[in-house]
Amino acid sequence: MIDAPAIAFQILQSVFVVLAAPLLLGWANQCRAWLQNRSAPSILLPYYTLAKLFHKDAVIAHNASAVFRVTPYVMFGCMWLAAGIVPVLATDLPFAPAADIIALVGVFALARVFSALAAMDIGTAFGGLGARREMLIGFLAEPAMLMVLFTAAFISGSTQLNTIVETLGHREFAIDPSLAFAAVAFLMVLLAENARIPIDNPTTHLELTMIHEAMILEYSARHLALIEWAVAIKLFAYMTIGIALFVPWGIAEAGNWGALPLAFAALAAKLAFAGAGLALLETLLAKLRLFLAPEFLSTAFLLGVLGILTHFLARG
Amino acid sequence: MDQSLSSQFVNLLAALLLLLAFAMLAQRRVLTLIKLFAWQGAALTASTLIMAYATGQGHLYYSATLTLLLKVILIPWILHRLIDQLQIRWDIETLINIPVTMLVGIGLAIFAFALATPISEMAGSLTRATLGIAMASVLLSFLMMIVRRKAVPQVIGFLAMENSLFFAATSATYGMPLVVELGVALDVLVGTFIFGIFFFHIRDEFESLDIRHMEKLKED
Repeated sequence: MIDAPAIAFQILQSVFVVLAAPLLLGWANQCRAWLQNRSAPSILLPYYTLAKLFHKDAVIAHNASAVFRVTPYVMFGCMWLAAGIVPVLATDLPFAPAADIIALVGVFALARVFSALAAMDIGTAFGGLGARREMLIGFLAEPAMLMVLFTAAFISGSTQLNTIVETLGHREFAIDPSLAFAAVAFLMVLLAENARIPIDNPTTHLELTMIHEAMILEYSARHLALIEWAVAIKLFAYMTIGIALFVPWGIAEAGNWGALPLAFAALAAKLAFAGAGLALLETLLAKLRLFLAPEFLSTAFLLGVLGILTHFLARG
Repeated sequence: MDQSLSSQFVNLLAALLLLLAFAMLAQRRVLTLIKLFAWQGAALTASTLIMAYATGQGHLYYSATLTLLLKVILIPWILHRLIDQLQIRWDIETLINIPVTMLVGIGLAIFAFALATPISEMAGSLTRATLGIAMASVLLSFLMMIVRRKAVPQVIGFLAMENSLFFAATSATYGMPLVVELGVALDVLVGTFIFGIFFFHIRDEFESLDIRHMEKLKED
């Protein structure tokens, strides 16, 4: 069943995600600057940053092991793989059967474990601190994420993201309280997993409050560029997972070239909305103390569980 | 509005009620707690209105109006005045920390849902799915009364429990007779007044609203 048009779609989507991910980040940054009454940077700024970093010479600590060198590539690879699995532009991609939602969470976890290992590899204090915090956030966010995904899986009767999107996208419109719970929980997980504001501040320069930034302090040049790019793809992938679960309308099927412009337009509109929403949230919220992060994420977990429970109850 | 759409709306509002019950359980501030209580009343009013419209039960309109006047406007206003007069805006102290409370709350919700499933299978009403949610809210309000240390949050827990009971009644049987509802509403109102007087007495006696002081029966 794997035919040429489907593979062409897969390649198109994978390349598109990698190229468009910094644009989403740039758009969110631009919106945030507008909302905070600053003059906004160019929407293309992340691309310039990446280009600049790729042209520099890498500086690596003497005691860095292979783990440190390999981590940027592993992170980038994991995120790219995730972006290939999530139905961004089309369903029924040839890659999609490779991993269901549980494996997808595993792919994200793999990237996280490598980044934590690399942070501890050099042996600086901030690296260890960042790695420890990242693992704390990760182990709290993962169950919440799984609960959200299970809610959607129960509704559609499959853990394949593909089937979930097709089921949710083609059924008649219904107000589903369980999906409402899951959507709020997913939003909280998205903020935590992507090191956004209530949990971590992506623009901070204060080492003591850093989580994600503290782990990558030792990286420079192309390694840093790959990590920044991977972070952008991760945000893109999370947003498209959210779109796939909660507003899947307009997605094309693999091989159906006619539906592609509509899928592109729908995706661009949804992502523009999501990026602006993210900027708004980051403007409205203040960063939580680190010790309040477990409370934030346990609330997300609670909402996820309530989503599953209300699904069973409403179907009862 | 057809039956399935109104049933979906009621389900959504029921989920909102449950969410608010959890939010109240997790809330640390008295003022926000009162706001959440008012929101719970508003969700209750909306669901009663939808149920009244969908089933054509005229008396449900009266009870919705009663809920709006009493639980969204009057009682929150009284509580606001009370905490102004008592000058209590401290953070709420809980007996166990909030994440653990939430986990216990999930356990209670699962218990309530399991309990309600066989009952709601027998019921044929429009909103049978909401009975479990109403029971879960009742249990969560109980939990809130148990884990809070100060008197005002406990009273809000009691009022929230009355909200959930009212919701259980409307969802299971399309509401109690109007006389009963009027009686309960007046009871709650009078209860709030009496609690208010009690607050002042408790504070005069112990110079604190911490109910732990009431465990001591005589002066040491």
